[in-house]
Amino acid sequence: MRQMMKGNEAIAEAAMRAGCRFFFGYPITPQTELMEYLARRLPEVGGTFLQAESEVAAINMVYGAAGAGGRVMTSSSGPGICLKQEGISFLASAELPCLIVNVMRGGPGLGTIQPSQGDYFQATRGGGNGDYYLPVLSPSSVQEMADLAYKAFELAERYRTPVMLLTDGVMGQMMEPLDFPDSPPVPGEKSWITDGCKNRSRRLVKTLYLDPADLEAHNRHLQEKFEQLRASETMSETYAADGAELLIVAFGICARVARTAVDNLRAEGFPVGLFRPISLWPFPAASLQNAAEGVKSLLAVELNAGQMVEDVRMALPGRKVDFYGRMGGVVISATEIEAEARKVFAGGVS
Amino acid sequence: MSRNAFVRPACMTSARTHYCPGCGHGIAHRLVAETIDELEIRERTVGVAAVGCSILIYNYFDIDMQEAAHGRAPAVATGIKRVLPDRIVFTYQGDGDLASIGLAEIVHAAARGENITVVFVNNANYGMTGGQMAPTTLPGQKTTTTPRGRNVHLAGHPLRMAELLATLDGPSYLARVSLHNPVEVARAKKSIRKAFQCQLLGMGFSMVEVLSSCPNNWGMEPAKALEWVEKNMVPYYPLGVFRDAMAPASSREVTENRDESSPKREG
Repeated sequence: MRQMMKGNEAIAEAAMRAGCRFFFGYPITPQTELMEYLARRLPEVGGTFLQAESEVAAINMVYGAAGAGGRVMTSSSGPGICLKQEGISFLASAELPCLIVNVMRGGPGLGTIQPSQGDYFQATRGGGNGDYYLPVLSPSSVQEMADLAYKAFELAERYRTPVMLLTDGVMGQMMEPLDFPDSPPVPGEKSWITDGCKNRSRRLVKTLYLDPADLEAHNRHLQEKFEQLRASETMSETYAADGAELLIVAFGICARVARTAVDNLRAEGFPVGLFRPISLWPFPAASLQNAAEGVKSLLAVELNAGQMVEDVRMALPGRKVDFYGRMGGVVISATEIEAEARKVFAGGVS
Repeated sequence: MSRNAFVRPACMTSARTHYCPGCGHGIAHRLVAETIDELEIRERTVGVAAVGCSILIYNYFDIDMQEAAHGRAPAVATGIKRVLPDRIVFTYQGDGDLASIGLAEIVHAAARGENITVVFVNNANYGMTGGQMAPTTLPGQKTTTTPRGRNVHLAGHPLRMAELLATLDGPSYLARVSLHNPVEVARAKKSIRKAFQCQLLGMGFSMVEVLSSCPNNWGMEPAKALEWVEKNMVPYYPLGVFRDAMAPASSREVTENRDESSPKREG
């Protein structure tokens, strides 16, 4: 059944329908509707909503709950996600599945409550201590907020990893119609949870490996998993890319705005297309390389000082990639993107 | 007829502990293990190990365990208990972990009346990192970070955790015990057992603070260190029961091994 919903609420409802029964979190703008929604809804399905004393406590509750076999999530925004990094590193090392939602706001520091994409580096480079990554998914519509919440739990349990949904204040607050996917993801194999050693030998959920050889072996195991994720779990979308001479690369809210810019530019006769990474880690480098074939110019557009553009440049060594970004909570308009694109064409698409 | 008076509790592994000679963790471990055996809860208990000397407790307990980040054991235990309300969940924490970096987690777990049991070993210093000042280091006590003795005007005053948590409505059982002689060890055992029983009955948060010695970092012989606990720690940290929700109904038989120990309020 099609219904109207805010992005934040769509994530919450989708997570619940995906079988999530435990939420631990702490209030912060602009993600608060998400936890308020679950505070109302989770008890209706026998789930547990708990407002933790801090972001730090919340993520460690997630750790305990995931280790006990619960399908569990938390949500926050930049300053709160920073505090959660301790727990995220532990979750990654202990290989515990969960969903972490970051509804990004402008930074650094307290910054602003207005939207931003400034946490791209933090999200896609692990964020906490040690060598690890976590899958990071970036929705571009309210429908996708729901779809990717499902996908996140599926990835989390299949790969035994925390997964982040990286979105922003605009996406979280905006209302759109959506349909919810039908059935929850099938639970992954959970032969590792600590639920009391009845009729089996005891189990441990841990991250300490005092012997360097043991820790290196554990790291190699994690790296193999990351390699597998890179090989099999990239997601992206192209729009109007056929015959494009200029390819705009943007994710999340920026991709949405860029789509309008592409339509307007195409109507004016400019051959412009859009490439949208949906998985920010693993970054869809191979798909981008395909999309960029035959393209003369590239323009990355972000709500930050230029973060994803580094991944674009790494995927396309030797290619010139222009960048346009706004910071501080300012949202880019289609008109601005169109003006940037026209500049590229005026300079001769090179 | 003779019997072996000193057998290893069934829920302990045969691994040799890494603790220093005279350390109290061995005794405290044993008291927890005996309790788990006596209450017959080994197969439905999940322990939470905390950062500090006792982080490797899972090498010695033959039960499911999770290892928490520094100070976060009560939050981790909360997550476990909310998913598995019929399991018995306990944390085993030291003073730096519980009373310094993990102060928010312990206070709020207690305030929520989270139905978990906390074994809190207070040896007045950070043992694992080599004897630095802990939140429980006594005034004047020398540590590697208070080489001239803890000056309360510079380094503040110690925290009395059992009393502090006794100001809250959430806890069902709060006690402070000591391991400095066999009589006190026997009392400690009773307290730990009672704390677990509170959880079995679904009464909410329970904690036993265990005064213990750290001869190596204190620079004392083990026997001297026990004396130091009695002469210096006990006067500052009085032994006793600070909350006992079972007390009004003390005439009632405590039913052990009840199957249900659901949280006492709605989650």
